[in-house]
Amino acid sequence: MRLAAVDPEALSLGLSPGLTLADARAYVTQLLVFDHDEGADQRLLERLADGCERWSPIVALDPPDGLLLDITGCAHLFGGEAGLGEDVERTLDRFGLTVRTALAYAPEAAHALARYQTRPAPDEESAVRRLAVAALELDPEIETGMRRAGLRTVGDLAARPPALLAPRFGQATVDHLARLLGRRDSRLTPRRPLPALLVERRFAEPVAHVETMLGALTELMAEAATALDARGSGGRRFAARFFRSDSEVRDIAVETGLPTRDPAVLDRLFRERIDALVDPIDPGFGFDLIRLGVARLESLAPSQLKLEGGTVAEAELAGLIDRLSIRLGRNRVRRFAPRDTHIPEQAVLAFPAIEGGRSTLWEPPPSGEPPLRPIHLFDPPQPITVLAEIPDGPPRRFRWRQTQHEVARFEGPERIAPEWWKPPPGKECLTRDYYRVEDVRGRRFWIFRHGLYGRERAHPDWFMHGLFA
Amino acid sequence: MRESPFSLAALKRHIASIEGHSQARSDQLFTLGVEAIDAKLGGGLAKGRLHEVFATEPEDGASAAGFAMMLALRASERMKPILWLRQDGAEKRDGRLHAPGVAEIGLDPARLILAVAGDAALLLKAANDGVRCAGLGAVVIEPYRAARAIDLTVSRRLALSAEQSGVTALLLRTDADPAPSAARTRWSVKAAASTALFADTPGMPALDINMLRHRGGPDGLAWRVEWNRDQRSFREAPFPGVVLPLPVGRSAAAGARAA
Repeated sequence: MRLAAVDPEALSLGLSPGLTLADARAYVTQLLVFDHDEGADQRLLERLADGCERWSPIVALDPPDGLLLDITGCAHLFGGEAGLGEDVERTLDRFGLTVRTALAYAPEAAHALARYQTRPAPDEESAVRRLAVAALELDPEIETGMRRAGLRTVGDLAARPPALLAPRFGQATVDHLARLLGRRDSRLTPRRPLPALLVERRFAEPVAHVETMLGALTELMAEAATALDARGSGGRRFAARFFRSDSEVRDIAVETGLPTRDPAVLDRLFRERIDALVDPIDPGFGFDLIRLGVARLESLAPSQLKLEGGTVAEAELAGLIDRLSIRLGRNRVRRFAPRDTHIPEQAVLAFPAIEGGRSTLWEPPPSGEPPLRPIHLFDPPQPITVLAEIPDGPPRRFRWRQTQHEVARFEGPERIAPEWWKPPPGKECLTRDYYRVEDVRGRRFWIFRHGLYGRERAHPDWFMHGLFA
Repeated sequence: MRESPFSLAALKRHIASIEGHSQARSDQLFTLGVEAIDAKLGGGLAKGRLHEVFATEPEDGASAAGFAMMLALRASERMKPILWLRQDGAEKRDGRLHAPGVAEIGLDPARLILAVAGDAALLLKAANDGVRCAGLGAVVIEPYRAARAIDLTVSRRLALSAEQSGVTALLLRTDADPAPSAARTRWSVKAAASTALFADTPGMPALDINMLRHRGGPDGLAWRVEWNRDQRSFREAPFPGVVLPLPVGRSAAAGARAA
C-alpha cells in the first residue's frame, strides 16, 4: 500500500505521495491514514465543476485534481482576469480548499502553470518557457532522455525545430509541446452541451428567500422571451440552475410539447415543477446566481388567433399535457401507438404524451364483430385455478381472485404462437390458446391456456389476461 | 295557503337563477341512442356536466369502465381527445387500459390520453385541470376504491369547472359506495349476459344500467342495453335467451374462430 495524497503538514515532515505505508509509518509513528476513495474525489470535483459554472458556462474536468474554465468573454464581469482569479480563490477558500489558479491562452498551459510554476515571470509566454520539462508530464524515460540531452526547460525544447525532436522523443511529445506553447489550437470540451440561449441574474447579496428567487426567475423568463421573439423561435426545454453561495447547484428543468416563449406559461410550469419536487429547494445560505438556459429552440412564428378557436383549443390541450407531465411525471401521461406484434401485452407502445408529433394510425376493428380484445389487460397475466376442465376447450368452472366463475358461453381458441424468431432469454416459448368466455352473470373474461396439451405441456396452466366491458 | 303555488313557483325560479342555466338546451345534451331511455331522460344527458358511474359490484369494474368510455364517446365531438385519469392502485388491480380493447369499444386510441396519478389528491388536482381544458372532449376520472378525498365539495368544484368549459366529466367508481355529490346523474352498472351469437359465443357488450339519481328528473330507472360499436350507440338488449339470426357475411369468420 502506498500513500495516495498527503496534507501540507505531512509534506513538511518529508512524506510524499507514492511512499509505501510501511515507510511512512516508520518516519512518522502517529500518522493518521485513511482509505483513498477515488469515487468521492471524482464526485467532489464534479460538484465543484457545477459550482464553477458561475464564472463561465464552459467548465471541463481535469482529473484528478483540476478544473479548466474557458473564461473568454467572462473576465470583465468580475473585474478583469486578476479579479476573477481572486474571486475563485476566495469562494473556494470557504470550503477549506487550497486552490492554485493560473491563466493561460491554452488549457494545457494553464494546467502546467498551475502545477509547475516556481518563479514569477513577466508575461505568460516566458512563464511557460521557464517551466521545467517535467511540466510536460511525459514518460520518466523520455524526461530522463531530455535531461541527458541538456534540455531542461520548455523553452529549450521550443527553441529546437520539431522535426528534430519528433524522431527522438516521439510525435506525441511534439504535439503536446505545440499545444502547451499555443502553436496548435486546443479547446475545452464542456461537460454538457451549451444551451442555445442563456440568460442569468446575479445577486450582490445571496438571496435566501425562495419566493424572491422565483420572482427573479420570472424576470429571466421575460428576458428569454424577448430574445426568443427576436429570433422568431420558441423553446421546448427550459433549464434553470440555482447556484448557492456554498457552491451547491440545483437544476430544475421543464419541458413543453409545443415550442413556447410565453413567460406566463413557463412561470406556471416552473411553479408546478417546484411544487412537485420530492426534496424542496433548500436556500441554505442563499443563492447568488440564477441562470436560465433554453436547450432546444424550434421555430415559432408569431401566431394569430383563429376566429373559430381551433388553435386555442390545441394550445390549451398542449398546455394541459405539459402541466400534467410536470406534476405527475413525464412517463405517467401517455398516448398510445400500435406495434407490429401479436403478443397482446406488447401490442401497444405507450409513449409520453409530451413527445407528441407521432402519427398513430389505429386500424378500425372489423365491423359487426363483438370486441375481441379486452379493455383492461393484466400484465403479467394472473394465474387462475381451473376446477372443471374439458379438453380442447375453456374450463367449465374456474376460480380467480377467490371467486368462482361458471362459464356460460365462450368463443375460441384464438391461437397466438410465440415469436420463435426472437426468443426471450432464459424463458420458454409456449403457445397460448385464448378464449373469450362469459360467465353466468354476464362478466366477460379473456383467458388463455399456456402451452399445447401433450405437445408442450402435460398439464398446461391457465391465466386470466384481460377483462371485457 | 292560497299563495303557496305562486311562492313555490317563485322559489323554483329563484333556485334556478342561483343554479345558473340549469335547464339544459337540447344542443347541450347527448343521447344514448335508445329512444325509450332518451325520452325518460328528457332528451338525453347533459353535456358539460359531471356524471357518476358506479360498478354495482367491484367485479363489474370493467363493465363500468366500458360504460364510462361509451358515455365519453357519446358526449364528445368526433376527433376531440379524451383524457382518462387513473390512480396507481386501479392500474395495478384492474389491469392497465388496453388500447386495442379501447378501439374495440369504438374509441380511436389515438384520441386517448392516459394519465396515472400517485394518489387521490394528485388525481383530483389533475382532474380539475383537465375538466377546465376546453380542448378535450370528455374527462374520465377513476379514483382507486373509496378515496376519502372525494366529497361534496370536490364534486361541486368538478361540476362547476365542467359547466364553464363544456367538457363532460365522468367520475368512475369501481369499488366505492355512492355518497352525496353534485353530479347531474348517477349510474350503477352491472355486466349482463350478452345476446349469444352463432354457436353460442359471447356477443356485443351487454350492460344492466340503473340510474340511481337524476337531478331534476326521474330516477331509479333500470334498463338493459347493448353497445353497438359500429354506430357508437346503445341499443336495447333483446330478451336473454333469444338467438339473433346470423347476419350475412359473418358466418365464415365467426365460425372459424368458434371452432
